[in-house]
Amino acid sequence: MPNYILNTSRQMAKRHGREKRFKWYGRIAIFISIAFLIFMFSAIVFRGASAFQQTKISLDINFSEAIIDPTSSRDPEILKRANYKPVVLESLSNVIPGITDRRDRNRVYKLLSAGAVFDLGEQVASNPKLLGKSKSVWLLASSEVDLFMKGKIDSNISEDLRRLKDKDIEWIEILKSQGKIKKTFNTTLFGKGDSREPEMAGILGAAIGSFFSLLVCFLIAFPLGILTAVYLEEFAKKNFLTDFIEVNINNLAAVPSIVFGLLGLSIFLNFFNLPRSTPLVGGIVLALMTLPTIIIASRSILRSIPQSIRDAALGLGASKTQTTFHHVVPLAMPGMLTGTILGMARALGETAPLLMIGMVAFIVDIPKGVTDVATSLPVQIFLWADSPEKGFVERTSAAIIVLLVFLILMNLCAVYLRKRLERRW
Amino acid sequence: MIYETKTTHEEKGNVPSIMTANNVDVFYGKKQAICNVSLDIPENQITALIGPSGCGKSTFLRCFNRMNDTINICRVSGKIKFSGQDIYEPKVDVVALRSRIGMVFQKANPFPKSIFENVAYGPRIHGLAESKDELESIVVQSLKRAGLYDEVSDRLNEPGTSLSGGQQQRLCIARAIAVDPQVILMDEPCSALDPIATAIIEDLMETMKENYTIVIVTHSMQQAARVSQQTAFFHLGELVESGDTQAIFTNPIQERTQNYISGRIG
Amino acid sequence: MSLPTENWLRRKNRRNQIKELVIQGVLIASSFVAILTTIGIVASLVFEAFRFFDKIPLMEFLFSLEWSPQTAIRADQVGASGKFGVIPLLTGTLLISFIAMLVATPLGLLSAIYLAEFAKAKTRDAVKPLLELLAGIPTVVYGFFAALVVAPIIRATGSGVGFDISSESALAAGLVMGVMLIPFISSLSDDVINAVPQALRDASFGMGATHEETVTKVVVPAATPGIIGSLLLAISRAIGETMIVVMAAGLAANLTLNPFEAVTTMTVQIVTLLTGDQEFDSAKTLAAFAIALFLLVLTLGLNIIALHIVNKYKKKYA
Ligand SMILES: Nc1ncnc2c1ncn2[C@@H]1O[C@H](COP(=O)(O)OP(=O)(O)OP(=O)(O)O)[C@@H](O)[C@H]1O
Ligand SMILES: [Mg+2]
Repeated sequence: MPNYILNTSRQMAKRHGREKRFKWYGRIAIFISIAFLIFMFSAIVFRGASAFQQTKISLDINFSEAIIDPTSSRDPEILKRANYKPVVLESLSNVIPGITDRRDRNRVYKLLSAGAVFDLGEQVASNPKLLGKSKSVWLLASSEVDLFMKGKIDSNISEDLRRLKDKDIEWIEILKSQGKIKKTFNTTLFGKGDSREPEMAGILGAAIGSFFSLLVCFLIAFPLGILTAVYLEEFAKKNFLTDFIEVNINNLAAVPSIVFGLLGLSIFLNFFNLPRSTPLVGGIVLALMTLPTIIIASRSILRSIPQSIRDAALGLGASKTQTTFHHVVPLAMPGMLTGTILGMARALGETAPLLMIGMVAFIVDIPKGVTDVATSLPVQIFLWADSPEKGFVERTSAAIIVLLVFLILMNLCAVYLRKRLERRW
Repeated sequence: MIYETKTTHEEKGNVPSIMTANNVDVFYGKKQAICNVSLDIPENQITALIGPSGCGKSTFLRCFNRMNDTINICRVSGKIKFSGQDIYEPKVDVVALRSRIGMVFQKANPFPKSIFENVAYGPRIHGLAESKDELESIVVQSLKRAGLYDEVSDRLNEPGTSLSGGQQQRLCIARAIAVDPQVILMDEPCSALDPIATAIIEDLMETMKENYTIVIVTHSMQQAARVSQQTAFFHLGELVESGDTQAIFTNPIQERTQNYISGRIG
Repeated sequence: MSLPTENWLRRKNRRNQIKELVIQGVLIASSFVAILTTIGIVASLVFEAFRFFDKIPLMEFLFSLEWSPQTAIRADQVGASGKFGVIPLLTGTLLISFIAMLVATPLGLLSAIYLAEFAKAKTRDAVKPLLELLAGIPTVVYGFFAALVVAPIIRATGSGVGFDISSESALAAGLVMGVMLIPFISSLSDDVINAVPQALRDASFGMGATHEETVTKVVVPAATPGIIGSLLLAISRAIGETMIVVMAAGLAANLTLNPFEAVTTMTVQIVTLLTGDQEFDSAKTLAAFAIALFLLVLTLGLNIIALHIVNKYKKKYA
C-alpha cells in the first residue's frame, strides 16, 4: 500500500504551508491597497460632508432710507455699495440684549460674514421697493460661527486658543434659542467663485474654468487624435517616418505632466503671446498631454476592426479614403469616443501643467469664455488646501468630492458607451 | 448513438496493472468529454491511447495525474487507482501524486532556465537531493537516461530553450525522469518532431519501459504499433476497444476500430 | 441615357485623386502634431536651459551640493546670485521615489500575482476595478490626503515614540505616492504574468510542484524582464510626479537620506520657481527649465529602457 502519495509527510505539509502563507501575502497586499483607498475616501467625505451646508442668521432688517439712500437717488450702484452696517447692527442689538459699547458692537457684527452686507446690497439694488420697509432676511454667518454650528470648534479648550470667544458663543446660543440661526444647503459653494473668506468661497468659477479648458482640450485633441490614429493605422506605410512618429507618441505619453506646463509657458505664453491664466492655453496644454492617450486607444480600436470590412468596401470600388471614412471610422467611433472620454477624465484631474501657465491666480469672477482668466477644479483644491483658514479644510474636501463625482460620471459614461455600442464581430 | 460495450482483448501473460481506471466520466462544464471509461495500465509496459482528434485522449491521460484539477471547469468522476490507492480521494496529495506520475507534453516546454536547472527543478522542489553533488548526479543520470547527456554535457549552463525541438523534448523527458516517477504520461510527445528525432525518442521509450510505466497518446498508428504493448482506441469520449497492440491492429473486434486504423474515420 | 464620356470620367477621376491627396495631407499633418510637440518641448527646454547655463556653469548645476535660488534684494548682498546645485533636489526626488517604490513594489507585485494566479474570477473582477480606481484619482487629491491626514499621523506616531519628525517629511509624500503607484505596477505586471505561457505552468504542475512553487520558481522568473520594465515605468512616474510632493514634501533643499526630514524635489522646485511673479530672464526662472530638462532626460531614459525590456520580453513569448 503506497501511502507516499497521501498528505501525511512533514515535507509536504511544509510545502503546502508555504503556499498558504504566500496566498495570504497576496490577500494582505490587496487588502492594504483597498483599505488605503477606503480610508482616503472616508477621510475626505468625513471632512467634506459638512461643507455642503452653511450657517445663516435671520435678522429683521429695517431698510431705512435715511441710512441707505439718503439722497433718494435709487441708483443701483449706490444701493449696492451703501453702508448697511448700521441697519444690520440695529437689528442685531434688537435680538441680542446688552450690546452697548463699540467693542461689543464690532464683535457681534463679526458673527456675520463680511459678505452679508453685499448680499443686502444686491437685494436692495434689485428690489428698491424694500427701502423704508422692514423685512426678515437670512444672512450668511461668518466662518467661525459656521464651524461652531457644525461642531468643529471645541468650546472646552482655553479661550485664548480659539478665535470664537465665550461671549460669541453666548450670543450664538441666544440666536439659537430664538431659532434665528440655522444650517441650510450651501448654495454659495456651488454658485460662487473663489473668495478669501471661506464662507463666501465657491467652486463654480473653478468648475467653469475646468469646463472651458476641457472644451478646448476636446476640440483639439479629439480630431487630431483620431486623424493621427487613422493615418498611422490605415494609411501610413511602414517606413522611417512612421516609426519616428510612433516613437514620438510613445515617449510623449511618458513625459511628466509638469513638462507640458513648461511647454505651454515658453511656447504659448512667451512666444505666441496667448493670454496668460486662461482656459484657452490650459486646454491646449491639456490637449497635447492627452493626445498620446487618445491616439494609442484609437489605434487599438482601429486594429480590432476586421479586415473583411475594408476588403468588402475596397472590393466595391471604394477608394482608400472612402473605405476608411465611410466604413472603418464610423465603426470605430464609439470606441474612440470612449478612449477620448477616459483621456479627458485624466485631463480634468491634472493640476501641475496648469500651475505653470498661471491658472493658479486668485480669481473671484466666473469666467465667461475661454479667454477669461480662470482656474480649474484641481487647482482650486490645491489653492484651498494651502489656505490657513480652518474653514477651507471642509471646502477643499467638498471640492474633491465634487471633482471625484465628475470623474466617476465621465468614467461611467465611457463604460456605458463601451457596453452600449460594443460590437461582436 | 447506441451505447456499445467495451471490448477487451485478453492480455497476454499476467502483467500486474499499476493503474486502473473504473467508470471514469469527465465533464468540461456541462459538456461531457469522457464517458464511462475503464482501463487498466499494466506495469512496465507502454500503453498507447489512439483515436481521432477531440475524442478525449488528452483529457483521459490528464486524469491519471490529476492535471485536470488545474482547469476550473473540469469535473472528474469514477475511480482511478494508483497501486490500489484511489487518487481522487481527499486525503491524497496531488503534489505528491504528480511526483510519482510524471508528464511529458505535446509541445516541448522547457523552463526559460539553463539545461541543468531544468532537470534540477523537480529534485529541488521535492527535496530529493541532500547535497549539491547528489543533485548533480541526479541531473546527469536523468540526462543520460533521456539519451541527451552526450549532446549537452559541455553546455549544461546554456538555456534549455536553445536546444533543438527534439532535444528539448528529451530534456523534458529527462526533467520528468529526474523526480523518479513510476509512471510517465506522454501526450503526443513526437507530434512536433521530425522522423529522426521521433525515432530517437521511440528508442528511448523502449529502454525506459524497464524502469517506468509509460502511457502515450499518439496520432500515429505506426508509432502506437511500433512502441506499445497495449493499445486503447477512443472515439467521441468513449473507449471503444482496448487490449494487446498486435491484436488491435491486426484483428480489431469493433468495426469503428477497423475503420479508424484503415483510415476511414479520424 | 447616355454613357458618360471618357472626358467626363477622366475629370471625375482627377477630382477624386485630388480629394484623396488633400485628405491624406490632412492626416499626415495631424500626425505631425506629435512630432511638433516633442520638438516644442525639447527646443523650449534646451533653449531656456542654455540661457541658464550662460549665467550658471553647467558643472556647478550638476555637481554643486547646494540649492538656494534666492536672489538677493541688493546686488551687493552675499550670495547675490543664489546657489544652483541640482544634487540636493535629485537626492530628494530619489529618496521620495525610493520610499514610494518600497511601498508600491511589494503591494503591487503581490496583488498582481495573487489576482493573476490564485484569485477566483469573481474576486478578480471585483478587485481589479478598485485597484484601477487608485490610478484614476487625481494626484492633487493624494497630495491633499498626504499633507492633511498622513503627515500628521506620521508626526504623531513619531512623537509618540519620542521621535522628532518634520511635518513635511519625505516619508509622508513617499508613502502616499507609493499607493498611487500600486495600480501601475499591478496592472502592468498582471499583463506580463498572464503572458507567461500556460505550458510552463503545466510543466511545473506536471512535475508535482505546488502552485506557490510554480509561481515563485517558474512564472515570476519567466516574467522578470517584464516586471522589471513595469517597475522602471513606475519609477519614471514617481520622479515626474508633481502635486503630491508639492503639497506634502517641503521646500527646504536638505541634502539628506533621512526619510523623517523634509526634502524637496525637482518638480517642487520647478513649481516654486515659476509660480508667483517672476521676471522671466532671471536665473531663478531659467533654472526651472534646466531642472525640467534634467527631469525629462531622466524619465525618458528610464522609459525607453523599460519599453525596450518589455518589448523584448513580449517578443520572446509572442
Ligand atoms: N479546457 C477545456 N475546456 C473545455 N473543453 C475542453 C477543454 N479541453 C478539452 N475540451 C474538450 O474536450 C474534448 C476532448 O478534448 P481532448 O483535448 O481530450 O481531445 P484529444 O483526443 O486529446 O484531441 P487531440 O488529438 O486533438 O489532442 C474536446 O471536445 C474538447 O473540445
Ligand atoms: Mg490532445
